[in-house]
Amino acid sequence: MNSKNSKARLLQGNEACMLGALYAGVEFFGGYPITPSTEIAEGMAREMPKRGGKFIQMEDEIASMASIIGASNAGCKSMTATSGPGFSLMQENLGYAYMTETPCVVINVQRGGPSTGLPTKVGQSDTMQARWGTHGDYTSITVAPSSVEGCFYETVRAFNLAERFLTPVIVLLDEVMAHMREMMVVPEEGEIEVFKRHRPDVPREWYRHFEITPSLVSPMASFGQGYRYNVSGLTHDQDGFPTAKPKEIVDKLNKLRRKIERYSDEIIKLRTEKMEDAHIAVFSYGIVARTAFQAVKMARERRIKVGAIQPLTIWPFPDEQLRDMLKNVRKVIVAELNMGQLVHEIRRVAPRHTEVIPLQRYDGNVMTPSEIFDKIREVVK
Amino acid sequence: MAASSKPKQDKQNTKKPQDNRYEVRLSGSGGQGLILAGVILAEAIGVGDGKNVVQTQSYGPEARGGASRADLVISDGEIYYPKSMKLDLLLALTQEACDTYYPDMKERGLLVVDSNMVTQIPTKNYYGFPFSRLAREEIGHVMVANVIAMGAIAELTGIVSMASIKEAVLSRAPKGTEEKNSRALELGAKVARAAKK
Repeated sequence: MNSKNSKARLLQGNEACMLGALYAGVEFFGGYPITPSTEIAEGMAREMPKRGGKFIQMEDEIASMASIIGASNAGCKSMTATSGPGFSLMQENLGYAYMTETPCVVINVQRGGPSTGLPTKVGQSDTMQARWGTHGDYTSITVAPSSVEGCFYETVRAFNLAERFLTPVIVLLDEVMAHMREMMVVPEEGEIEVFKRHRPDVPREWYRHFEITPSLVSPMASFGQGYRYNVSGLTHDQDGFPTAKPKEIVDKLNKLRRKIERYSDEIIKLRTEKMEDAHIAVFSYGIVARTAFQAVKMARERRIKVGAIQPLTIWPFPDEQLRDMLKNVRKVIVAELNMGQLVHEIRRVAPRHTEVIPLQRYDGNVMTPSEIFDKIREVVK
Repeated sequence: MAASSKPKQDKQNTKKPQDNRYEVRLSGSGGQGLILAGVILAEAIGVGDGKNVVQTQSYGPEARGGASRADLVISDGEIYYPKSMKLDLLLALTQEACDTYYPDMKERGLLVVDSNMVTQIPTKNYYGFPFSRLAREEIGHVMVANVIAMGAIAELTGIVSMASIKEAVLSRAPKGTEEKNSRALELGAKVARAAKK
């Protein structure tokens, strides 16, 4: 962005999420405003009526989640935005969305927890909740940007993944990214792909809402479209009716997992910096990845062979990609704004010769480059 | 209304650091319009001048009363860490802000204070202008102290072009206040120019 660009705008992370959702064609927002995600609801309340969309402030987050599931089954691209306490309340209905294969996007702007915690402070302590928040076996897709521009693009991507794989997609943000302002050029219509949900075109009597197709992703009819089916949180057969048959139970659970696992190569997105010859790696996501890149720059100026790995998709976890990237790495520092969550995933995937070193901060502030740099210097010896 | 003191190392102060990263903090007390000033300055630098800029701010209870701040990181290249590490420029409109944030400055950083409000200054290397008094007496509105300060900063550091800052201020100024805001900006630049000599 070195030349004067009249299209570049100064935007807040939350605003960029809102614009990304609009770009992706969101038609329904049901939410309950909560710090530090409020600007998303605020922007939606302003913009949705202008585009014929619906904005509803529900009575709480339980109802918010229910409302977007209903809207999505009625055929609308739908979303909500919240923070930790609201994300907890959404978990039960989020499980319903996984089970009923209802596409929707949930943005969680992380603050400190547990409980009401630190409303105005930054944290990454919902990392595991985004994976295992609701009960039962399922596979989550969670994306996590690290810039204002990323907020826009990852929100669009979240909608595309949700609509394609018929599943909720979580966007994990944090307080600092949500509130910071950066320059970005909002792409023109048509410049980036927007996925449209596959609708059935078969005769009514052939339609099975939860059909297990070879691709594992079936077309999805909307309420009122004329197709008959049942939607239930009970473990169901391919028509949606509750089942107790072992084969049907296993088929359903396998479908929920495999429809994401099979496409994980397309879902997983990573950014690396200076990893080509690195003996030491810093693994971090979201706002901490920005700190890590800065620290790597500082260390490289002192000729330390260190690189950085940032997952933009956290779930599914990039197992294979990381095994490959850590092949020649002696030590990996896992930097997080929590008491250690992704560090356990790294321990699981790291090769035996790679030492895993946790670096954690959970006082409500962002990790500084010197903290990571000091750790690099400590472990390089 | 000239500077209370003149920095000895003008050139080092205004020169950009080697890593191309220039960090600014606008500070004072809640209600002085410093976060808005931060957004306007970022918009002028980013949209107007086409540089990379990240703006962050104090948020929540700490932003209401007490020391309030908006931070900017400016660069020609990609900005990794979005918060400030060591400030190149600190604007302090209150004594509390100056006391709180002075330790965050680079050794050769540039300190700009409201000379009526900040009386105990921790360095001889600073510029002082009576921003709030100028706003009240010359423009007739104490609320434009932040705009006068932006005019002074533009003139002293060159981190933003005068045209861009003017455009950004006017695009955000409420209807009917354009003339006052324009004059405030020019006044800030004028007093800074006089102090630089």
